[in-house]
Amino acid sequence: MEEVLLPPGAAARLWDKPRERELKNGKLIMIEMINITKTYHIGTIDVPALRGINCHIETGAIAAIVGPSGSGKSTLMNIIGCLDQPSSGQYHLDNIDIAGLSDDDLARIRNQKIGFVFQSYNLLHHADALTNVALPLLYGGVPDRNRQALQALEMVGLADRAHHKPTELSGGQQQRVAIARALVNNPSIILADEPTGSLDTHTSEEIMRIFTNLNKEKGITVIFITHEPDIARYAQKIIHIRDGMVDSDGEVII
Amino acid sequence: MNLTESIRTAFKGLIANKMRSALTMLGIVIGIAAVISLTSIGTGVQASITSQFESMGTNILTIRAGASSSSSGVRGAFGSASTLTLEDSEAIATSENAPAVLRVAPQMSTYSQIVSAESNISAQVIGTTPEYQLIYDLAVASGDFITEREIDARSRSCVLGSTIAATLFPDSEPVGQRVKLGTLQVTVVGVLEEQGGITSVDDSVIIPLTTMQARMTLGRTTSGTHNVQSIVVQAINADEMDAASEQVTAILREQHDILDPTGDSDDFSIINMADMLESLDEVMGILTVFLGLIAGISLIVGGIGIMNIMLVSVTERIREIGIRKAVGAKRRDILLQFLTESAILSLIGGFIGLLAGWLGSLLISNISISGQQIPAAISPDIVVISMAISVAIGLFFGVYPANKASRLNPIEALRHE
Repeated sequence: MEEVLLPPGAAARLWDKPRERELKNGKLIMIEMINITKTYHIGTIDVPALRGINCHIETGAIAAIVGPSGSGKSTLMNIIGCLDQPSSGQYHLDNIDIAGLSDDDLARIRNQKIGFVFQSYNLLHHADALTNVALPLLYGGVPDRNRQALQALEMVGLADRAHHKPTELSGGQQQRVAIARALVNNPSIILADEPTGSLDTHTSEEIMRIFTNLNKEKGITVIFITHEPDIARYAQKIIHIRDGMVDSDGEVII
Repeated sequence: MNLTESIRTAFKGLIANKMRSALTMLGIVIGIAAVISLTSIGTGVQASITSQFESMGTNILTIRAGASSSSSGVRGAFGSASTLTLEDSEAIATSENAPAVLRVAPQMSTYSQIVSAESNISAQVIGTTPEYQLIYDLAVASGDFITEREIDARSRSCVLGSTIAATLFPDSEPVGQRVKLGTLQVTVVGVLEEQGGITSVDDSVIIPLTTMQARMTLGRTTSGTHNVQSIVVQAINADEMDAASEQVTAILREQHDILDPTGDSDDFSIINMADMLESLDEVMGILTVFLGLIAGISLIVGGIGIMNIMLVSVTERIREIGIRKAVGAKRRDILLQFLTESAILSLIGGFIGLLAGWLGSLLISNISISGQQIPAAISPDIVVISMAISVAIGLFFGVYPANKASRLNPIEALRHE
């Protein structure tokens, strides 16, 4: 709430101070957004999707972004995931200034820093699980891809399904393959867009447990979008988005 | 991502859509097959005609009465005036000024109905001398060729070409039998072996020149000399053709009292087989290239087919492109993937087309049209060129779709249904 009340210029100065991106309590910052706006141009009309987002996510945290549809949370997700550039504002991911980077640089950051998990899994249908998991390594130019991909599949408990195609797997299994793909290149953050949106409650809990374990064991920062309160409670921090702005940004007391 | 990875990814993409890949290839297959079979038939025919001409002797000059029309457009064509005589032929044969000349054979010919006891046929009757056999290297299957003695005696004897012999005497030995050339009755003294070739003596009957002059045609000019239609001159070898031609020209000018050294007043013309072969070769070469170009049009159509299908493929795989981009594929990676796919399609299509074209030309060369087979020869050049062209077509027509794919926005691509 505090940031929103500040005039945009003041907020920028406020966040400019800790250049080392460290909070007062000594925790490192993975995501830092200052006055992020995003405006889409549809014909001659300007549609503002984000109108000045200020927030931060600590390294090693599990954060949930929640908000009604049309609130701009998907746009925010795309900017966090370096799939899109903000219209204005500053965005630092793992101390890298994202603004002004070229498409190829963004692709490199997506490849090395970010693991994506989507609601609709987004696996390649004609490729088996192992190939799907190895895909980021292919574009990262990593040798010995299959061994690493198999390790990632083991982590999500699907090593025995390595040569199954997505169509031969259940929804939960497909999402686990997607998670294996997201973690195969040891990313700084895993970004999940409604990861349980197409799954039943039981499977959803399984998936969220995998995220929690990855966060605990490997220290990966996990950020997910959801509108299910049951799922949001897995987060240590919940960022509420409404009308393109941060409505509330608070630690969850567990 | 390096090229090997791209090729592997491209192959996986193509295998995922087997039917479509096969159909896309078909355009290139047909194009390359058409180019290969048409050009191979072209080069085959060219080679066969060349060898036939060569078998007729590349060291042979033919002298014909009448000026060559090349020196001035209004002159009469070959044979418009009968000015060559037996005496001219003897002058060339006996002259000491013609060291490049090996043999000389005067020649007359006419068409006649030829009748045997069993059958009849209309054919060319050639009147000539024994040198004719040596110049054209004619082997005799049975009996003998006409001899000097028969020339002197104007004897009523003849030698049959192999086709004529087989037609007139399907069931019996021709030598010793009688045939009628029009009204002239002659005895068969020999049968030639089959020669083959385009202007072959297989379809001719050979009789002594003197017999023909005396008994079949108007044998004398107004001045009383003996007419011949043409004189065949064999040079001592192919390199001496030009020398032989010059020497023969000089002798004939002297014989005919022509003083003009420019050749404009010559009343005879010399046809050089080697020159004819050369110009024929040129024409056939142009024809082959022309055939190839026509077939090349189908290659372009095949290329457009590839572009079309690749565009469909890009649209269908927008989501896949989005996924690839989300996990870190750069523009170049996507571009390379689709370019490699179209190049591989085209290359495999080209290879299958090569095999199909080769098979096709083999088939065509086995079909004989009115007894004549069309030979086919695949030159290694055309194999290399067609492979290169098919890859080039794949790359060229793949650029637009691949570029389109690589420029897709990852967010929109991921949202695409």
